[in-house]
Amino acid sequence: MIEVRNLVKRFGLKTILRGLDFSVAPGEFVALLGPNGAGKTTFLRILSSLSRQSLGEVKVAGHSLPNQAAQVRAKLGVVSHLPLLYPDLTAEENLRFYGRMYGIEAIEARITEVLKMVDLENRRKDLVRTFSRGMQQRLAIGRAVIHNPEVMLFDEPYTGLDQDASEMLDDVLRSVAAKGRTVVMTSHDLVRAEELATRFDILSRGVIAASISKSDLAKTNLLAFYKQSLES
Amino acid sequence: MQPRPIALKILDVVSIILLAVSAYLALVFAPTELVMGDVQRVFYFHIGTAWVGLLGFVLAAIAGIAYLATKNMMWDRFEVAAVEVSTVFFFITIALGSIWARPIWGTWWTWDPRLTTAAITELIYVAYFMLRQGIEEPEKRARFGAVYTLLGGLSAPITFMSIRLAQSRTIHPVVIGVQNAEAKGDFGMTPDMRVAFFFALFAFTVVFIDFMWHRLRLANMQEKAEQLKLKASM
Amino acid sequence: MRFARSTYPTPQLIDNMKTPAPSLWKATFAIVRKDLAAEFRSFELVSAMLVFSLLVIIIFNFALELNIEVRKTVNAGVLWATFAFAGTLGLNRSMSVEKDRGCMDGLLLAPVDRSAIFFGKALSNLAFMLVVEAIVLPVYSLLYNVNLLRLDLVGVILLGSIGYTSVGTLLSTMSAQTRTREILLPILLFPVAMPVLLASVKACSGLLAGDAIEDILTPLNLLIVYDVVFIAVAFMVFDYVVEE
Repeated sequence: MIEVRNLVKRFGLKTILRGLDFSVAPGEFVALLGPNGAGKTTFLRILSSLSRQSLGEVKVAGHSLPNQAAQVRAKLGVVSHLPLLYPDLTAEENLRFYGRMYGIEAIEARITEVLKMVDLENRRKDLVRTFSRGMQQRLAIGRAVIHNPEVMLFDEPYTGLDQDASEMLDDVLRSVAAKGRTVVMTSHDLVRAEELATRFDILSRGVIAASISKSDLAKTNLLAFYKQSLES
Repeated sequence: MQPRPIALKILDVVSIILLAVSAYLALVFAPTELVMGDVQRVFYFHIGTAWVGLLGFVLAAIAGIAYLATKNMMWDRFEVAAVEVSTVFFFITIALGSIWARPIWGTWWTWDPRLTTAAITELIYVAYFMLRQGIEEPEKRARFGAVYTLLGGLSAPITFMSIRLAQSRTIHPVVIGVQNAEAKGDFGMTPDMRVAFFFALFAFTVVFIDFMWHRLRLANMQEKAEQLKLKASM
Repeated sequence: MRFARSTYPTPQLIDNMKTPAPSLWKATFAIVRKDLAAEFRSFELVSAMLVFSLLVIIIFNFALELNIEVRKTVNAGVLWATFAFAGTLGLNRSMSVEKDRGCMDGLLLAPVDRSAIFFGKALSNLAFMLVVEAIVLPVYSLLYNVNLLRLDLVGVILLGSIGYTSVGTLLSTMSAQTRTREILLPILLFPVAMPVLLASVKACSGLLAGDAIEDILTPLNLLIVYDVVFIAVAFMVFDYVVEE
């Protein structure tokens, strides 16, 4: 679903990603872990077509970036730590707007469906500015799946959420992933990542330093694995 | 630091000699203008600096387009160099014009189309530097800079036309080309004046090239210094 | 409000949903509708522009001592200075709405042409500016006993506003991405938009002095030239100010 070969990203003279290789099979849920400044957000912005690589090949959902960005965008849903929602619009108006931007035809039925999914049906006509952080983040996920994307990217989706809201988000994220979608999530919350993902990749110094699947993780624990990969 | 290349050293010397000769031609060789007297002599440098000032702005806009097309940072450095050098020359043009206008028009400044356009153009390029200063990321700075020089390069001539066409009379002399009947301080050039005039154009063009070369060299060295700093920190 | 987690529904998504990429026109229109709907709810932007406009007019009133004689010649200038100042306020606000909560990324993630984002934002900005002008003109007419509600005058103001907001939309997209943000917009915009302001003031003051349309053809043509050239350029370079 995602193929990345020898990805290099430079900002001026600073090199953030140094020849990164990465691939995700359909249906995988990959947690991308790593310290701050390792390049997780930069990497996700490239995968989401918001940023262009300096060198290397990037293929998402069968299309290469940045040349076929429009095709990639149609199959991609992104949730970031910012909600990407308009506070002066209601929940349904926000979804309707994004629905139009994705050219969805049966838009009203889809809005109802998505609101049901993120458990915000009874807040349908409320302004987003009255929502709690957790509710906003759930609606942001609803926004990201409005066009039924094949690939989803989550960039630190738990930022600023309390325990309850985080658990609720877990459910939503799990249900989003359960539809056979391919998911890449960055996080520095190892506990949350361990609960959701099926594979764990450690991004360090601009490359994937280590990778382990959930089944292999039984022998060790994620924290130990994480620390060990950063040291090597 | 790398030593200056021989060619640049030669160009430096040539520039200084040309400037000196041009100054001699303007201040001594050219005859004193009958009506205006000695103050008319600023005209030669006024035109010389104005010419390279405008040349630089046009080059900057072209470099901007070239950058957007190729994304080669070399064009960005060229664009900054051109705008920087031209901004200085253009300021000198305006200052010299003011010195001349004081006795001839009886005022340092007047809102004549050319003067107004010159002031606005100068402000566009000051805004250009402020824009660049507000952006950390080099590629973004280059892109935005290129877009803005392009807008500036298009807007300045339209500004001139707007004022020129709306305000049918102008008092700024047009020495080359169609003479302006209403101009104050107009004059016809004698052959000796022409020599000083064309020589000043030539001299300032060479000085401009020299300055551009220095500025580009400086930019390249800055880039190298950054690279070394980065290497040292790793 | 807390939801019991046991009630959490298992979603049944419509698969094979039809999502043809929307046309340029549809996406543009979606953005305009979104902006107008949000504005209609809070009136934040338009009311700020409006109050600011009235304050500017009052300042001019004292600064220029707008008596009948002076007014004859400066009405057009006062109006356009007011529109220009209020315009930057609106342009800044309209762009920071997109920037603050990452909505600009949301727009860029949609499978639509980048021009749709430019045209959508430019049209909303134009709409806000026109609303403000539609209120300022009658108020100004009332305050200073001069009739500004004339079709020819409104036409010129429309042309001027089109040029101003199209360049303004491009530049506000740029300034929103800099460190200095709001402060930078007027500094970038005013010198580049100078031809619009000059030509609009010339045309408007001509009309107010009783000139016929034929007499103001020069500034009018310049306005049209500026509008065409700068809409085309802004459209062409917009990609470069939103890509990374």
